[in-house]
Amino acid sequence: MKKIEAIIRPEKLEPVRSALAEVGVFGITVTEVSGRGRQGGISLQWRAGEYRVEFLPKIKIEAVVLDDDVGKTLNAIVRKARTGEKGDGKIFILPVENAVRVRTGDEGENAI
Amino acid sequence: MINSGDTAWILMSAALVMLMTPGLALFYGGMVRRKNVLSTIMMSFALLALIAILWVLYGYSLTFGPDAGGIIGKLDWIGLRHVGQEASSVYATTVPQLAFMIFQAMFAVITVALWTGGIVERTKFSAFLVLAILWFTFVYCPVAHWVWGHGGWLAKLGFLDFAGGSVVHISAGMSALALALLLRPRKGYKEGEPMEPSNIPMVMIGAALLWFGWFGFNAGSALASGGLASSAFVATNCAAAAAAITWMILGWIYRRPSVLGIATGAVAGLAAVTPGAGFIPPLAGIPIGIVAALICYYCMVLRAKGNIDESLDVWAVHGMGGIWGTFAVGIFASVAVNAAGANGVIHGNPMLLAKQLAGIAAVGAFAFVVTWILGKLVDVTIGLRVKEEEEVVGLDISQHGERAYGGISP
Repeated sequence: MKKIEAIIRPEKLEPVRSALAEVGVFGITVTEVSGRGRQGGISLQWRAGEYRVEFLPKIKIEAVVLDDDVGKTLNAIVRKARTGEKGDGKIFILPVENAVRVRTGDEGENAI
Repeated sequence: MINSGDTAWILMSAALVMLMTPGLALFYGGMVRRKNVLSTIMMSFALLALIAILWVLYGYSLTFGPDAGGIIGKLDWIGLRHVGQEASSVYATTVPQLAFMIFQAMFAVITVALWTGGIVERTKFSAFLVLAILWFTFVYCPVAHWVWGHGGWLAKLGFLDFAGGSVVHISAGMSALALALLLRPRKGYKEGEPMEPSNIPMVMIGAALLWFGWFGFNAGSALASGGLASSAFVATNCAAAAAAITWMILGWIYRRPSVLGIATGAVAGLAAVTPGAGFIPPLAGIPIGIVAALICYYCMVLRAKGNIDESLDVWAVHGMGGIWGTFAVGIFASVAVNAAGANGVIHGNPMLLAKQLAGIAAVGAFAFVVTWILGKLVDVTIGLRVKEEEEVVGLDISQHGERAYGGISP
């Protein structure tokens, strides 16, 4: 099992969600996050002049998938979240030791 | 003799001006960071209660009571003695004096609330309350007596301030500047930490309530319903509109037409037209508004460059807007509009400009110096500023034990 953590542009959430559903990844957790990468922050307007905001709003999608499904999951996210501009985000893949379905108590791959 | 139309309008105007203070609370509250929204709102709202009581107990008497040497009112009217359902013989002679008194109460409230914009996000609430009481007593009441009191020295000089360009806006603006210098910047300000406005829609609601209430402020200052009130009403709206559009364009020239900008512009125009509203022809509100936006915008840029954390620009908007507007009375005023006023430069009387300058200098300097002294006094006795860790956590939690936007669970 692997955990996929994808940081993407907020406006790409819906395309990514539907692409994930198409490849059979339904269980996801979505969080509004702030952060920065190489893109850096932006300047916003104050009443006169402006001020700098270092962190931009992003969406973090977390999903735990079977090892065999990692490839198609990554492919779905990258295909839908990419614009080619700075700020498209990052995806991290982490090993997962175990999982438990709260309702039944099922463990391991049966739980995802 | 009591006139029912005048009385209705003055009572209505008092209610309109009352609404400006909660409006100001929202206007300021939306501009501070999330952790200080409540503390910012609380300062204005607490004054709405506190100053209203002080006003009926002794403030009205100090301001409008029988004159003592042109400087202050005597305490003959303390606790509203001699202030009843009959009209006064010198103020608003067609409405019950109680109506005039409560209308003026709302001016005192909002003037104290205005300068809180300079000290947000770092001031200890208890010290603030003490400072507010001192300021009301030793700055507002004397200045209002000089300008509006029967026998006040600026009134006798022929200085014109229809609705409070000097009494309200110059005094609040200069006081905010003095206190900001005394308090020093918010933690992180000089390091360029973003001081991000928490809720710009709330700023907009506040600005709209201010604009709405300002009709009571300016048109109500005619102290009668009728032609002069109508003229002041139109001048007020013209200035607000002209300044809002000008500020929007200024923002657009440098970047984008911003909501925070247009809201600020409207308030700058309103502050600037306040002293002249009932002395100038209504359309003079347009040039007054346009110039107010230009002056206030660049004063704000200048203030930021100077690294002075006068946080919500009370000096730039109200102080400088008030100074420009008070000066502009000397340009545009016309006795054809208000026989109790005077002619300005355009109508052949440059002397009025000299009187206006004298009033600006006197009120501005007095407010700045006395506020600085009062602030210093409170600082060395109680301490004006919260502890550093309280500032970091935010004043909503550290001063009031609440937070504006709570809860992780539904």
